[in-house]
Amino acid sequence: MSSFSVTEPSKRSKWFAGTLVILYALITMVPLAWIMLTGFKSPADAISYPPKVLFEPTLEGYVNLFTTRTRQTDEFLAANPPQTWYDRIVREYDMVIAGPSKFGERFLNSVIIGFGSTFLSIFLGTLAAYAFSRFKIPLADDLLFFILSTRMMPPIAVAIPIFLMYRQLGLSDTHLGMILLYTGVNISLAVWLLKGFIDEIPLEYEEAALIDGYTRFQAFYKVVLPQAATGIASTAIFCLIFAWNEYAFAVLLTSGTAQTAPPFIPTIIGVGGLDWPAVAAGATIFLLPVMIFTILLRKHLLRGITFGAVRK
Amino acid sequence: MAEVILKDLSKSFGNDVGIADLSMTIPDGAFVVLLGPTGAGKTTTLRLISGLEKADAGEVWIGGRNVGSETPAQRDVAMVFQQYSLYPHLSVRDNLAFPLKSPILNTPADEIERKVAEVASVLQISHKLDNKATALSGGEMQRVSIGRALVRDPSIYLMDEPLSSLDAKLRTDLRVELKRIQANLGATLLYVTHDQIEAMTMATHVGVLNEGRLVQYGTPREIYENPNSLYVASRLGLPRINIVPADVFGGMPSGVTQIGMRPEHIQQGEGQEAEVQRVEHLGDQARLHLMLKGHAITTIADPHTTYTPGAHIKIAPKNPLCFDAEGVRIS
Repeated sequence: MSSFSVTEPSKRSKWFAGTLVILYALITMVPLAWIMLTGFKSPADAISYPPKVLFEPTLEGYVNLFTTRTRQTDEFLAANPPQTWYDRIVREYDMVIAGPSKFGERFLNSVIIGFGSTFLSIFLGTLAAYAFSRFKIPLADDLLFFILSTRMMPPIAVAIPIFLMYRQLGLSDTHLGMILLYTGVNISLAVWLLKGFIDEIPLEYEEAALIDGYTRFQAFYKVVLPQAATGIASTAIFCLIFAWNEYAFAVLLTSGTAQTAPPFIPTIIGVGGLDWPAVAAGATIFLLPVMIFTILLRKHLLRGITFGAVRK
Repeated sequence: MAEVILKDLSKSFGNDVGIADLSMTIPDGAFVVLLGPTGAGKTTTLRLISGLEKADAGEVWIGGRNVGSETPAQRDVAMVFQQYSLYPHLSVRDNLAFPLKSPILNTPADEIERKVAEVASVLQISHKLDNKATALSGGEMQRVSIGRALVRDPSIYLMDEPLSSLDAKLRTDLRVELKRIQANLGATLLYVTHDQIEAMTMATHVGVLNEGRLVQYGTPREIYENPNSLYVASRLGLPRINIVPADVFGGMPSGVTQIGMRPEHIQQGEGQEAEVQRVEHLGDQARLHLMLKGHAITTIADPHTTYTPGAHIKIAPKNPLCFDAEGVRIS
């Protein structure tokens, strides 16, 4: 066969590559699928051995996740027939729903702190990256290194000082405190990543905008920002994933009002025995925002919007 | 439109001289072409006028105003860049409208629409208005980028080799179109090019730059026919002017060490005998590459010339340009 082509891979190599990618995807998705399935299992099915792949789905895990329950006497149960579908589910264990659990609140905390710190990191990071990229800043390289160096030590090394500082400043267990902390950690990553992206945007666009009658800030806003969208989107995803999943500082610094979901989910285990389906249900719901956020920004991740615009 | 005056303008980049003591007047309505090799300071001149660079010394006056402290937006200039022409995130229409929408011009929507449509039709890109700027060919991109300057009515248009990336036909079309637009609008235009035909056909004035200095400034014909130095003489003309030592032909006044002969200023049939090295038939003319006492000389001949390599031909200079040892013209 003489149909060799540089740009078009052969059918066989396409098949091979495709199979490899699908295999890899399957391997990475198994734990996810496992968590999601476990969320719909009954506690007995969840710990059965060998593990059940086929099972009768139940929303028990989700009900247990969102509620607190108490055991009641038979008289009480007989006198108060179940009102709703979730009442009926807990009634099978001779329990009644005492009230909502803290999961909703903790989840909302995660959303506020995660997205708040992501927004702040991106906002400050973009401005700083633009300045580092475009202006002559004395000791710019040293400053950049200094910014990055905040990531060089293990975070836990500063846990105690931060704990004490937050105590003194009244930032312990506050949303603001957690947002500032995660922003502090993320901003070095944001500045470095965004500087790379902004460096790639030719200065000529801004110069054209200046001549077209715009101020420096307007040129930044109207010309640089839209072109940095790809970089901003991917940086935002990295920042969000970090802030969303962070566990150690959340355990240390929050306990009540500002507690995020990661430290909360394991506490489910202690409440009603080893309630794995509830934990799995919590993990599944916890996964969703980052997943949705990533899917929404996927367009920007996959497409370099400046591709082909530059004539060289 | 306005007159632009440069007074003793200097700009250096570290140890590199960009522009040195450049003074020139660009009259209102003039089409001035800047010529010079890479690094001569042509682009720097445009950037100093536009305000993208700050001069180390000297003044820029636009329409009777010293614009030294003004931002590019305040200077009211339009510029066509050699590269990176379009905003890639905008459509062609939005690219053309971009300067009109600026806070300084703040043009009403219906007028934006009218001007964009007008410029698009002149540049033959009307059918591409809703395309993404990135979905254009190189020629179309450059036309849009010229269009983005033409939608405005600035004090001066600055163009940095705007046609250099286009194919031959488009280049000719746009050259004629640009000249027509400039003449119709009475626009003041400062234009950088390497192309002799562009310089000769469009310019009302040509300025020749050498290492940041303006070495000659005049009409295209003056620059071509009456260059004041060897450097200027070799900037215009294709094939390039032939430079030979004065004693090759002899009979030159004292002090003359080199003579320059444009290819069409060589008389055939008398004088010194040269050997034909190569003949190029271009269709409308033929080029003869000759060797005379070790000096390569190019001249032109009848398109149907029958000379072949190895033939001998007598040549003599016709009104040669005489230069001294420093390359300064001696008349």
